[in-house]
This record gives sequence, C-alpha cells and structure tokens, in this order.
Amino acid sequence: MGNILSVRGVERRFDTTLALQSTSLEVGENHFITILGPSGCGKSTLLRIVAGLDTQTAGEVLLDGKRIAGPGADRGMVFQSYTLFPWLTVLDNVCFGLAERGLPRAQQLEIAHGFLAKVGLKGFDKHYPKQLSGGMQQRTAIARALANDPRMLLMDEPFGALDHQTRELMQELLLGIWEEQRKTVLFVTHDIDEAIFMASRVVVMSARPGRIKLDREVPLAHPRHYSVKTTPAFTELKAELTEQVRVEVRAAQAAMA
Amino acid sequence: MSRSAALGAAAAAAPVEPTPRRRSRMKPLTPVSPGARIVLGVSFFVLFVAVWAIATFGGFVQKTFLADPVAMLQGGWTLLAEHGFAKDIGMTVFRVVGGFLIAAVIAVPLGVAMGAYKPIEAFFEPFVSFARYLPASAFIPLLILWAGIGEAQKLAVIFIGSFFSLVLMISVTVGNTRRDLVEAAYTLGVGDASLIRRVLIPGAAPEIAEQLRMVLGWAWTYVIVAELIGASSGIGHMITNSQALLATDQIIFGIIVIGLIGLASDLFFKWVNRRLYPWAQLGR
Repeated sequence: MGNILSVRGVERRFDTTLALQSTSLEVGENHFITILGPSGCGKSTLLRIVAGLDTQTAGEVLLDGKRIAGPGADRGMVFQSYTLFPWLTVLDNVCFGLAERGLPRAQQLEIAHGFLAKVGLKGFDKHYPKQLSGGMQQRTAIARALANDPRMLLMDEPFGALDHQTRELMQELLLGIWEEQRKTVLFVTHDIDEAIFMASRVVVMSARPGRIKLDREVPLAHPRHYSVKTTPAFTELKAELTEQVRVEVRAAQAAMA
Repeated sequence: MSRSAALGAAAAAAPVEPTPRRRSRMKPLTPVSPGARIVLGVSFFVLFVAVWAIATFGGFVQKTFLADPVAMLQGGWTLLAEHGFAKDIGMTVFRVVGGFLIAAVIAVPLGVAMGAYKPIEAFFEPFVSFARYLPASAFIPLLILWAGIGEAQKLAVIFIGSFFSLVLMISVTVGNTRRDLVEAAYTLGVGDASLIRRVLIPGAAPEIAEQLRMVLGWAWTYVIVAELIGASSGIGHMITNSQALLATDQIIFGIIVIGLIGLASDLFFKWVNRRLYPWAQLGR
C-alpha cells in the first residue's frame, strides 16, 4: 500500500529561530497518526505546512506524489479555535465546501444531513454556531471537513478547548467515525491518553527546534472501547510516552530559563 | 466527602436570602426591562418639553429668542398649510438619500477591495485618511463655483462629508476578518474570489450596515449646512428664511422635523439590519 503523504526534510525558520528542524514523516493510507509533543515544539507548524497554510523554508511535502503548493480541499482541517462561519447555519456550514464545488443543492443537503447525523447533530441544522456549545461546534467542524471528502483530515488540537468529559466523548465519536470510514488522519495533540486512544501510530516530537524523536505503532485492536485505556498494553505505552514527553517539556523549560 | 454530599451540605448551610426589595438600586451593566426602557426614554422627551414650556410660558425667555411649544406647532402648521413646507422636507430627504447612496455605492466596493488587498489599501489609504479631515462645509464655496447652486452641489457636499470616512471604516472592518475563518475557508477549497464573496463580505456585512446607518446620520448634518447657503428649497433654506423674519417658532419646527426624520430613518435602518443579520444579534 502506497504512502498518501510524504514529508521530506521539512524545515521551518522564523527569522532567526528554527521552529522545525529537518523533519521527515511517511503517512500510509488509512492511518490515524497522532503527533505528540510539548507546546511550542513545532507540531502545529508541521501540520500547517501540510495544510498549505504555512510554507517550509526547506524540504518538500508530497500528497499522492505531488508537491503541495498552498491549501486545498484535498486536505480538510479542523482547528483548535472555533472556525464555523457565524453567518451560516450549521447545515450551510457543512455545505460550504460542497457549494464551492458547485454541487447541486439537493446533493449538498443529502451529504450534509448524512454527516450531521454521524456526528450526532440531527435537528440542529437550522442553528447558528453561536447557539451551540463548544463540543457541538467542533462536531460540526468535523462534519464540515468530512463532507468535503478530503484525501486526508488534518486536526490541530481540535478538542483542546473542551472540558475533559466532552473531550473524551469527542474522542470516541471521532474514533468511531474513523473505524467506519478509515479516512487518513494527522492529529496534533499534547494529551498522551488522546494520542494513544485514537492512533494507529504515535509520533513524538522533541522540544524546539522540533524534530521527530519517536515513532510507535499502537498495539491495540479496533474497534476500541474507552475501557481500553485501562489495559496493560495501553498503560505500558503511556508510561513510555509520558517519560519521553516529560524529558522534552523539561528541555523546553530549561531553554526558556 | 463526596461531591454531591458537599453540595448538599453547602445548600443546607446557606443562609436564607432576604427577598429582594421591589425597587432595587441600579447596578452597573444590569439590563433594563423593555417596558421600563420605553417609559424612561419617553419621560426624558416629556421632561425636555416641560422645561421648554416653563421657560417660555413662564416668561423667563423672550418670545423673540425662543418660541413656546404651542407657537412652534402653530408655526409648523402654517408652514405646511400655506408655504408648501412638505415639498421642502421632500427635497431635503431626496438630497440626503441621494448623496448618501452615491457615497455608499462607491465606498462599499472600494472599502472591501482595500480591506481585502493590501496594495490597494496602501495606494488609497493615505489619501483617504487625509481627505477625511477636509471639512465638507468648507467646500461649499468651491462647490458653488464648480457646480452652481443646483442639486449637484448639495449632493457633492454630502458625498464629501460621508464618503471618505465610510471607505476607511469598511476597509478596516473587512481587513479585520478573523484569520482562522479565512484559513478554514481555504482548507475547504475556496479560491481568492470566492473568499471575498463567501467569507470577507458576509462576515463584515453587519458591521458595514451599522457604519452605513451611522454615516446616514452625518449626512443629515451636511445637508442642512448645504441648504443654509445658496439653496432655494429644503428645510435648511426655510430655516435661513425664518431667521430673516425672526420666526423662531418655524426654525424650531424645522429642527424638530429633522430630528424626527433622522430618528425614524435610524430606527428603520436598525430594524432592517436586525432582520438581515439575525446571527449578528446572537450572544451580544
């Protein structure tokens, strides 16, 4: 099975600081990869470069063998901040990308209703984003990204602003959708439980300047139930990753001091 | 102790709240009920007219300087019935709306273009910022020289008075579009033209509508100034004529008519904005 995404020697420099040093990552079809690291390690920068929202200062990113030049509908993204368009209803937000492609309205609605049902927002289609809770807004954002049927989904700490309980429910929801669709996902987080629970592969990044220091397959079978978090395989991997991330957080703090 | 038990204990121990008095004192930022809002708003009008009536009927102010409310109404009736004042009002409204529409029709696209494209902004912004401070009323002698004392001159005064500020405000509003919304739109596959049409404009629309409402208010000031000099019709023209006759009743009537039309157009504009942009009213 070929790789859908190749990140080769990508580096990002902001004036004098090096945010991301020569990073390479191969992402296989249908993988769910979480990128784990301390804040400020350049993991979001890497994701934004893949999205085409930022440009690397060295190296290249290939999607299906083609160089990425700018953002596009083939890489759907869910942001940490709430980015639903406040002037559109939930339904029209989900239709946004479909309308851009010029799909007939009836077809747009059919697809949008399907994804709204999938994220558990049936009956909220006429609501405006401001009338929804944070979790519901992010569920709409996931539906909006998926409705566009991208080659892969990029997620930049999408549950970072949610409370703990909502966050866990969202993880299960997203994992459930992934288990059903197997859409390739690149997911940035600093939450270790989140990283292991959803991923088929966890990648740990070092403190700034960021680089990939660890790459682990997650040896947990699908479908996963939330109780998997208490299994020995889970806790063992968690212990290792916790140690690795801790070292990096220490390093980041030492660099600040 | 479990969480719910702790809460229960706290509830049991909580002192009994004294029933709030009906007439509670004002608290900062606490909203007022719709009924009370209307009563309060109307009562100041009543108070205003009452002070005016006492000052004039009580003989504290000479009639030559300030007419009383009844004389004002009678003067207004005379104006409407015998001097065709309705036509003057019509002319003034026409000039305000005309000048304002011309300014808006050019300012909105230019402001959007400046907000969206930084080179266009860099090209126009310094000049527009400068032109904004040029007093429209100071242009009247020049405009009379160029355009005579016809309608073109009146419209030009209003245009100069409202156009430049409008352009600047719109360009700032569009330029302040949330960057994360722009990025989200790009990852959903929009191109630049689509971004302007589907994100920048709808996102800025309610604020632009509010700016238009505000500028329409300014246009009312400019139109009267334009009509005070070299006009043969309009509310401003009537006011200058009445000044020559020392008819303070008619002057005041004219001023009040301007205020009432301004208030009505403002309320109408607000109503339209609320209907057009229901989402912008949420979570205020």
